[in-house]
Amino acid sequence: MINAPVSQRDWSAHPPLLHPPYASTALRAPMKPLIPLAHGLAETSGPVFGHESVGPLDHDLTQNGRRNGEALGERIVVTGRVLDEDGRPVRNTLIEIWQANAAGRYVHKVDQHAAPLDPNFLGAGRCVSDDDGVYKFTTIKPGAYPWRNHFNAWRPNHIHFSLFGNTIASRLVTQMYFPGDPLLALDPIYLSAPEGARERLISRFSLDVTEPEFCLGYVFDIVLRGRSETPFEGRAR
Amino acid sequence: MSKQTPSQTVGPYFAYGLTAQQYHYPNSQIADGTLASEGAAGRIRIVGRVLDGAGAPIPDAMIEIWQADSAGRYGAPGVSGFGRQGTGTDAEGRFVFDTIKPGAAAGCAPFVTLVVFMRGLLSHVYTRLYFSDEPAANAADRTLATVPPERRNTLVARRDEAEPSALYRFDIHMQGEDETVFFDL
Repeated sequence: MINAPVSQRDWSAHPPLLHPPYASTALRAPMKPLIPLAHGLAETSGPVFGHESVGPLDHDLTQNGRRNGEALGERIVVTGRVLDEDGRPVRNTLIEIWQANAAGRYVHKVDQHAAPLDPNFLGAGRCVSDDDGVYKFTTIKPGAYPWRNHFNAWRPNHIHFSLFGNTIASRLVTQMYFPGDPLLALDPIYLSAPEGARERLISRFSLDVTEPEFCLGYVFDIVLRGRSETPFEGRAR
Repeated sequence: MSKQTPSQTVGPYFAYGLTAQQYHYPNSQIADGTLASEGAAGRIRIVGRVLDGAGAPIPDAMIEIWQADSAGRYGAPGVSGFGRQGTGTDAEGRFVFDTIKPGAAAGCAPFVTLVVFMRGLLSHVYTRLYFSDEPAANAADRTLATVPPERRNTLVARRDEAEPSALYRFDIHMQGEDETVFFDL
């Protein structure tokens, strides 16, 4: 897919690469400045994963890991719109998610947290946004879990999101949090995003999305890089 | 005008979400390290590691590649141009892509775009892989020209002449004297 030039990454929205409270950044964050790159075909194109790339249960994490019963925990719906910076819907774009189970345990083999795995919950799903940019997952509310960043460190409840948008430049991997979580104020990863921007990572409880007699609903809109207002070549830097 | 949603790290547990088959989880994945099957014309292999500031291979990174086809076209029908590999299934922390050498547009050398994710990296970074057996094209490349000369070699994959097949080696250094050039694109 070939598109118009893409707007720049807004570094007032994104975390700095080096963020000492998140200890793992110390040896992994690039130290030299990023070099600006004028957009050409490589940057204004990207892989296309349409509706053929998702199966019928991929969006329903309460069903897609089922073996012999129901997934345990608080069932929720997470829905929202994928938009660009100009408010245009990002249509037919792939969204991949992964998360811990209700007990705060990941299926991942290196997760050694002493909390139970749920044989009926995998914690991974994907879907494709519709013509209005709307996506929807049904899942289980993830639990908090400890990590070794500092003494008594706990990650707030969160769901990992991976999106492509229309170009490789609009690629985004992020995490969605839940309103009112007391761990947010203590979490170096959440706090790495600048104040005034990090709040956009917190989903909103919605009674409209909540399904009667079935599950609570949360809304999480995602804004990807939009179209550039500057010409394709000779971008002013 | 809406504001961009902030990036967050991919974390240590992306494998069953994004690279499930590679890591032997039961669910599927949308792309892997094979963009060109065995016997495909012009097939090459790209092998590399991601190294931290202490020079240690990073076993929980994920690399995505995006590239043109052999005619320099992006997203042409029948060619995905996109691959994804974690570094956690190889004993030495290597990623491996079997692909083709991309064609080049006018004024450009052939290159592959790499997107780098890992625990400890709060926003993904982009880099480019150029080819050591394209010295003339590399010397004329507009983007390489914007990189300080002493750092350009961090973007050039070395063809392994000892290998009969076309094998290119490309290590990504997150920090240090040989820190790879990352682009703000």
